[in-house]
Amino acid sequence: MSLDKSYLEYPQRSYGMDHELYDWSMLTDRPAISWPDGKKLALWVNLNIDFFPLNQRSNPTGVPGGMKMPYPDLRHFSLRDYGNRIGIYRLFKALDKFGVKPTIAINGVMVERAPYLMDMIKERGDEVLGHGWQMDMIHHGEVAIDEERQWVANSLNTLRERFEQPVTGWLSPGRLQSANTPTLLKEHGVEYMCDWVNDDMPYAFNTAAGAITAMPLSNELDDFFILNNNLHSEDSYAEQIMDASDFLLSEASEQGGRLLALNIHPWMLGQPHRIGQLERVLAHITSLDGVWSASASDILTVWSQQTQQQP
Amino acid sequence: MKTDPGYYDYWPYHDRPKITWPNGAKVAFWVAPNIEFYELDPPANPHRKAWPGPYPSIAGYGIRDYGNRVGHMRQMKLLEKYGIRGSISLSTALCDHHPEIIELCKERDWEFFSHGIYNTRYTYGMSAEQEREMIRDSIETIYKHTGQKCAGYLAPALSHSDDTIDLFAEVGTELFGDDAGFYTCDLFHDDQPTPIHTRSGKKFVSIPYSLEMNDTIAYVVNKVEPRQYGKMIKANFDRLLEEGAESGTIMCIPTHNYQVSCPHRMKAFEEALEYITGHSDVWVTTGREIASHFIENQYDTAVADIAAKQGGMKK
Repeated sequence: MSLDKSYLEYPQRSYGMDHELYDWSMLTDRPAISWPDGKKLALWVNLNIDFFPLNQRSNPTGVPGGMKMPYPDLRHFSLRDYGNRIGIYRLFKALDKFGVKPTIAINGVMVERAPYLMDMIKERGDEVLGHGWQMDMIHHGEVAIDEERQWVANSLNTLRERFEQPVTGWLSPGRLQSANTPTLLKEHGVEYMCDWVNDDMPYAFNTAAGAITAMPLSNELDDFFILNNNLHSEDSYAEQIMDASDFLLSEASEQGGRLLALNIHPWMLGQPHRIGQLERVLAHITSLDGVWSASASDILTVWSQQTQQQP
Repeated sequence: MKTDPGYYDYWPYHDRPKITWPNGAKVAFWVAPNIEFYELDPPANPHRKAWPGPYPSIAGYGIRDYGNRVGHMRQMKLLEKYGIRGSISLSTALCDHHPEIIELCKERDWEFFSHGIYNTRYTYGMSAEQEREMIRDSIETIYKHTGQKCAGYLAPALSHSDDTIDLFAEVGTELFGDDAGFYTCDLFHDDQPTPIHTRSGKKFVSIPYSLEMNDTIAYVVNKVEPRQYGKMIKANFDRLLEEGAESGTIMCIPTHNYQVSCPHRMKAFEEALEYITGHSDVWVTTGREIASHFIENQYDTAVADIAAKQGGMKK
């Protein structure tokens, strides 16, 4: 019994990362960032408008949050749909109450599926992010590049036309990417992507078409991750976000601006028994001195100016 | 395959010879930060997949990279605040990839022990010769970059063979005599040090490295809420301290810089460390120091007691 000799060879064993996607650097070695008006902690809330089709296909990765039962899985289909009918309006109310302006990642297909909601988002003027066409079109490593290019183009074109804004941000369905995704995004005018969560601040990411910015949208603090993956209580969700805000704010006071990124699914936190915990969290964060509630683009602009990188 | 690995004999937690720690401490307390490097695209191992799904597995890879980019400094500062020197379970390729981290830990006189080369290269399927070469590479790398003669081993990603512990003990001796290769963290059968049978017959010991207190087991496998994890650590400590009055115990918190160092988990971890180090009868130490102390002072007594208990209780 033995393994192929290549298993004991280490061609990437040298300084830095084991790939060329971005440079190695420790957060504390980078210049401190100051947010506007001397604020310390940028609060970025992102909402997800998702469509999970009933006839979900099999693919190599599965669909995070998708159908789990034999067809027709009405339970998961309709509970996800709940988010776009009920939950989202509850979330808007809660966010508005505390003056927190969200960004919204929208599956392209939702533009035709929920025109009323789209009108409302347009009227609110929230920043919209590309979020793929729908949740069963996962940008995984085995998708053909031409097919993926089409998905990226369709998603972005549909949102740009509907919302009449540039749409420069991207969150992949299920946060999954193929090896081609960053380059395809860059080629289609995306300036920042939120799938890579290996930092607490933005950083430059290389693509074959030039640099793009990775904007880490915390997965650990994602409502779906805490409540559904970890099966933690609603009380614990609130405690975790509040502990994180307190910690990041105190770290920011010593080391420079930090980012608190909360990704929220209307079908999770938009439930009647959960929305109160979001309000509790928002009340806490907005009561802290030094918090800057901002959109992803606003955060990126300030970060780019200070790091002298083009967004 | 064996029905029992045969590393140790049954040794009841009852009427054992008293273990004493320096300065009359009741508990030897150590924190073992795993500082790991996972490869984005490792060669395939026929027995275990490194990542779920097709390349690239950005969620799994990303959070581990977060540990090195962001989490390490946080955890290091916190341990320093409470006077704790980490005993690092090291993916030794990190010496090449991220020497900054190695330097910071060296400056603080932390211990480095081997956790293989990469945490994405498993022992499964290796020949004994291949495993020996991997272990030797890891011990030599630690020596080259830190000057330390590696005392302990935790197999990469807890992937073992029937030879793992023997090979580690032997390679340690070949390279540095009795100064290296004398304790393992791979066994979870006790709250006190245990003499381990090896082929070489050298004095070799298992040091408790609690899987139950391990942050990844707590947070990822058992999905424990952060504040509950803090409570578990305190309860674990309270009982080991109480029992340590009778005979010295060991408490270990194995950590990962991508778990405890996340912003929503730091508070609970800090409270637990503050609580533990706020006691005077605790020996805040390292894995190597515990193993050396036991080997020098209690190893022979323990071996004799274990032998005497093999036939059952003395009438």
